[in-house]
Parts: sequence; C-alpha cells; structure tokens
Amino acid sequence: MSQYVESRHRVFCYGRCITGQNHSIFCLALLLITVTSSLFFVFDCPYLTKELSPLIPVFAAILFLSVICCILRTACTDPGILPRATPDELLYLERTDNTQTVALSGRVMELQMRSGHVLQLKFCQTCRLFRPPRVSHCSLCNACIANFDHHCPWVGNCVGLRNYRYFYLFLLSLSLLCTYIFVFNIVNIVLRSQNNSTVADAIRETPATMAEALICFFSIWSIIGLWSYHTYLICRSVTTNEDIKDTWATPHRGGNQINPFSRGNGLVNCFAALCGPLPPSFLNLRAFVKEENSIPMTITGTNNNNNTSDGIVGYFPEENGNYSNRVGNTSGIHSTQQQRYLPRDYA
Amino acid sequence: MDDTTRLTSEQSIKLFIQRDYSEGTAVKFQERFPSELEGKIDRGKFIDIIRHINSIFEEAEALSCKTFTENCCACLTGYLLLLCMPTHYEKCVKRAARYISEENERTLNPKGIFMLDPMEKGLRCIEVCITNNRR
Repeated sequence: MSQYVESRHRVFCYGRCITGQNHSIFCLALLLITVTSSLFFVFDCPYLTKELSPLIPVFAAILFLSVICCILRTACTDPGILPRATPDELLYLERTDNTQTVALSGRVMELQMRSGHVLQLKFCQTCRLFRPPRVSHCSLCNACIANFDHHCPWVGNCVGLRNYRYFYLFLLSLSLLCTYIFVFNIVNIVLRSQNNSTVADAIRETPATMAEALICFFSIWSIIGLWSYHTYLICRSVTTNEDIKDTWATPHRGGNQINPFSRGNGLVNCFAALCGPLPPSFLNLRAFVKEENSIPMTITGTNNNNNTSDGIVGYFPEENGNYSNRVGNTSGIHSTQQQRYLPRDYA
Repeated sequence: MDDTTRLTSEQSIKLFIQRDYSEGTAVKFQERFPSELEGKIDRGKFIDIIRHINSIFEEAEALSCKTFTENCCACLTGYLLLLCMPTHYEKCVKRAARYISEENERTLNPKGIFMLDPMEKGLRCIEVCITNNRR
C-alpha cells in the first residue's frame, strides 16, 4: 500500500519506507549494478575460483550485498523532511513579530550565532516556515530537507541529514565493487591469454568479461570522483548545496569565514558525519489523521477499509499500543480517542 | 483535550516556543518565558522545564563512544541492527516525551497549560496550549 504525503514523496510498507517521486533512474542504477555483478559471478568467478582462490567470489558477494544494502537504505530513508507548519504557527509568528510591516513571505529572519556568524533565514512559501540553518527546499520533492545535500536521481531521493552516511557508504562500496570487478576482469583475460597465448582468443572465450570491464571502466571515474568529492566535503563539514553556493567562502559582516558547523578537525567531522547520532524521522508516517485537523506531512490518503472512502481515515494503534491524543476516529474499526497523552511510536 | 486546532477561541490560546539556533543545528529550544503565561505559572519553573528538555536533547546529540559503537555495529550488520533495537537518540526522544507528559500531569495541567511533545512538530517548536477556563 503506497500513500502520498503533502510533499511529492511516496510512502511504502506502512510508513517504514519513504522515497522520492521518480524511480526510473533508481531502477536503472539497480539494474546496472545487478546485471554487471551477475555477469561477474556467472562468467568470471568459476574460472577465477579454479585458477586463483575461492575467496574471490566471497569478497565480491560481500561488496555486492553492501552496495545493495546501502543504496536501498539511502533510497528508502527519510532524508530529514521537515513537517510543514500549521496555520496556528503562522498566526503566532505574524502576531509576535509585528515590528515588520512586510508579509511573512518577504521576511528574512536574522540569526546571530554564538560563533559570530550572522545567518539569514528565509521564509519558505511552500512549507510555511522560516528555514532553519542548513535546511533547503527541494523543488523536486517539494519539501524542506534538513542538512540538504542534493537530490540524487540515481537513488531516487534527496540526500540530507538522515541518509547522508548511507549515501557515502554506497559510494564507497560501489567504488570498491567497480574496482574489484574491473581488476578481476583484467586478471581473467590475462590468465586466459597466458593459457591460450592470445588476448583475442581469451576475449572470444568470455565476451561477458569485456562487457563488464567496459561498464566498470566508464563508471569508475565518476563514482570514484564523486566519492572523493564527498570525502572532501565531509572533512570540511560542508554540504554539496553549500559548496555549490559557496556559502562559507564569502565574508559575513561581523563574522569570520570559517564554517560555523565544522568542529575544527577533519577527522572529528568525519566521525560526526558517519557515526554521529541520528534523529528519528520528523514525520509521523505511521499515523493516519483526520483531514480537517490539517496536521500536514502525515498520511492523508485512504486506507484499505471500504467504509472510509471519503478520505477521512481512522487512527489505528501501533503494535505496542502507542497513540497520539490529537487524532480522532470518525468511523472504522479502531474507535478509541485517547484523552491521555502517550508517546508516539518512532518509525 | 478538545479540538486544539484553533489559535484563539473561547477555550484556548496557543503559543510556540521556537528553536534556538545560535549554537548550531543541535536541538535546543529558546529558554524564554512567553508573556501569555504571566500569572499562570512561575517563570523559573517553566524555564526549568525547557532547560531539562534541552539537556535531554543535548545528551541525545552528543558525540560519545556509545554512539560510535552503536553506529559501527549497525554498519557491520548492514544496518539490520537498527530494525531490532531503538537508537540512543530515539531513547532520549522517548524520555523527553515521557518527561513532558509527567510535567503536564504534575505541574502544567492543574494550571490550565498543556505542553505538546516537540517531536509531533518535527522538533521545530514546542507547542503550548493555555485553556482559559480554569479547572
């Protein structure tokens, strides 16, 4: 069952997976990786196992599995989508900040950081909130993403706060897999040509090897290049978005030019980016809400029940019985409206 | 709690404690006392509640050996470990929600104030509802 949230994301598996809108390039990437690896296992590995070592397909399998794991994790994890503001928040913002006569959409909030930087926080028309630092709006996904890096079509999702490390590990494991397959393709051809005495004969014996070698050769440059670029970005604690816009290069009035989000040391930045703590998804994807409540960024589609065809769905309890007290049920199987506040479940 | 979607009505006023980004993108809420709460609750007490919430989130976001080992183990198991057990951050978020629920029952609700878990708003702000009719 797939349902739509207010952005252009798609939700699967009862809220456990959230992906972007367009999956075609993602499917192409998966296909390329799977086909090349399968050709390697079927055509190269038997010969290499016999001639060299049975460990060769074992390492290849480990690398292939980690590539698949990382790409799926990157594609299906919520990158850090910020839920949209409720009308009440907007009213409160306008009320409290009545020193300006400009409408909210034209306003810029100035943020004085302790490090001396002065950041300008812009108002996002679509999400109706002042974009926090490092947050950017992705027009493809139509949502504000925390620590927005870039929208990756190969993964079919934005890369942001919550899936950056999986993206980086995907690039790393794919670089290793590509290099591994390429090297052993060459080794295969060389070994066969030594046994058969011509390279042309060896190639004719295993045409698949040449095909894999070509695919790997052409993709290696961009993959390793991209991986090195992201390693450089991680060490500086800069996102792709900030690097493209040169955010930390221009002098700010009253502040210094060092990135305020860097921890000073490249190694500590790496550690923080790859092994640091990750917040759970900001969207409560496993709750169904009444449409009139207008609590955006949660699922507002219809569920499987036939008696809720008007779009108003019931709220069903999670497996461990947690409820949200602000959600009521007009019809349907689960009819309790909790008065007492209980903690939400985290996807 | 009845319908809490209207900002002001005969029953309730809503106000929002925003995030404090002066120290970076770490989760921290502004430790200020909104003027609408004057007279309803002691200033120090309210700020103490916010401070306690901030300390829980600071612990959640700290770079520690525990987070490092947790993430390394998760990586080595192909992130399947994350499907089995909650992370340190998730535990802290649940602790914050439990603390807010307790404070609601203990201190705030008797004064006609209701504080919402910031996780419901995606950690962007803490929503505080004030009911006009005292119990």
